[in-house]
Amino acid sequence: MYTFSNKLKIASFILMAVGLLGIGAGFLSAPGTIEEAKAIVASHSDGHGDAHGAETTHHDAHGEEVGAHGKHDASHDEHLLHQLQNKPWAALYVAAFFFMMISLGVLAFYAIQRAAQAGWSPLLFRVMEGITSYLVPGGIIVFVILVLSVLHMNHLFVWMDADVVAHDHLLQGKKGFLNPTFFLIRAAIFLAGWILYREYSRKLSLKQDESNDDSNFKLNFRISAAFLVFYLISESMMSWDWIMSVDPHWFSTLFGWYVFASMFVSGITVIAMVTIYLKSKGHLTDVNDSHIHDLAKFMFGISVFWTYLWFSQFMLIWYSDIPEEVTYYVTRIQDYKLPFFGMIAMNFVFPLLLLMNSDFKRVNWFVIMAGVVILAGHYLDIFNMIMPSTVGDQWFIGIPEIGAVLFFAGLFIFWVFRALSKAPLQPKRNPFIEESRHFHY
Amino acid sequence: MASKVLHAYYDDDDVLMLAVKKVKAAKHHIDEVYCPFPVHGLDKAMGLAPTRLAITAFLYGCVGLTVAITMMNFIMIEDWPQDIGGKPSFSYLENMPAFVPIMFELTVFFAAHLMVITFYLRSRLWPFKKAENPDVRTTDDHFLMEIEIHNNENELKELLANTGAVEINISEKNSH
Repeated sequence: MYTFSNKLKIASFILMAVGLLGIGAGFLSAPGTIEEAKAIVASHSDGHGDAHGAETTHHDAHGEEVGAHGKHDASHDEHLLHQLQNKPWAALYVAAFFFMMISLGVLAFYAIQRAAQAGWSPLLFRVMEGITSYLVPGGIIVFVILVLSVLHMNHLFVWMDADVVAHDHLLQGKKGFLNPTFFLIRAAIFLAGWILYREYSRKLSLKQDESNDDSNFKLNFRISAAFLVFYLISESMMSWDWIMSVDPHWFSTLFGWYVFASMFVSGITVIAMVTIYLKSKGHLTDVNDSHIHDLAKFMFGISVFWTYLWFSQFMLIWYSDIPEEVTYYVTRIQDYKLPFFGMIAMNFVFPLLLLMNSDFKRVNWFVIMAGVVILAGHYLDIFNMIMPSTVGDQWFIGIPEIGAVLFFAGLFIFWVFRALSKAPLQPKRNPFIEESRHFHY
Repeated sequence: MASKVLHAYYDDDDVLMLAVKKVKAAKHHIDEVYCPFPVHGLDKAMGLAPTRLAITAFLYGCVGLTVAITMMNFIMIEDWPQDIGGKPSFSYLENMPAFVPIMFELTVFFAAHLMVITFYLRSRLWPFKKAENPDVRTTDDHFLMEIEIHNNENELKELLANTGAVEINISEKNSH
């Protein structure tokens, strides 16, 4: 049995407390009025304000145009205010989604192991079950943020604003699917399905240890296969709803796969990290370097898979250069150059070169270091998905963003390790446990 | 140079693995093991040095990538500049996304083909090559362990008989 060490518990509480302060500071510093928003931007870049001044004097000569320009300026300022007000919300949402996504990715990996009746992984089942336990609080927090968006507490999703839809022909066409009520119903169905499978599969997994036949194991196999069908559909629709719809005019047909690759590789990385941590504390003695090697192979392989999908999406849009599509990448390359290209280096070049060598995949601290870079890279991936349409060029990775990451990291650690301490770390009666113990490469 | 070698035959891969471990534990050098199929873990048990084929594969991949970049730069940018995707920049870097599939394919092509050729050369396999295995049964259902004899014939025979060998022969061998 693993006991949640006090040191780790205190560390997780400190992370949550510091994170809460950061989140709070983000909300307090968000501007309430247009004047405050302008002051924030002006204090950051004086040159920007000057250019605006010059523009207005230039237009003074044309009586009519001044009125039009003045109106445009006012709407621009209001837009800026909304972007700055969105900032703490977007920071919170990105971090909340990122940590929920990790546990959801692990849940998919776990279901695949169950459905494939894999022989190497049963020793890691309790670790995976521990990580997926975070899906309950993590999923509920994301759902609450979505409900608050529907209640107009923030402007993350522009299509929720009835006024915007009234003036937008495209959004009127999408109204049948993209309306607040149906949006929340879908979110509730997805979360209920994932959590239901997680809890039921965990229950069967624990029952299998106490039973004297394999009926629980077989039932678990069947529900895992059924879950994967539900997961593939719900995950794809979830990515349209929760991420793609922040930019409701733009769409990409492989977006669901792309988000899946991101959550899958983050999840596998966290499995490897938690396993190595538990091993370093003297638990999971039967887990050997070959298990770590296999997880690292998945980290390497899925990183390349992620790049393949990222590039497939990018190249087609770049090549055809259709204005309504290419705007997605134009904003990212103009305003998000560093996170956009930095993410490719962290998610592709880094794992490719670090984890290519077979021997390096067996060196535990090496896997941890590569894992830290991969996780940071995929946080940036989600950041690049949400931020450009919600805060525009006002992005920054500052106190609200880091605070939100720290808070959810603390909550994640607390919840996962609390769940790990609730059951023995090694399943006793899994039919494949012997094969898993003797797994070697 | 002709030398005397001892051939021990086995009819099961598990027995062979145990025998190899015992012979290595008795500090004898195993020249070669002939198998009808690859036996998992045999190379480690025999104490063979790890393969360097992976390193050559990486280098060949780098060659393929370089060839792709040079080739596409010459064809599409220098020799006959192309307007790619309606973006007449005529710069390799700005048109790079269009070339990535070719860069990838040639990297894989060079790595795969040159690695296979290297493997054949290193294993001394080429067309019209005469088989090196001393007994045709090693292509069917027998495993053969070959050990060079240095005036320790009886000692080796006794050791091998205890490891479950089904047949032990001594023959002359011309080393290459």
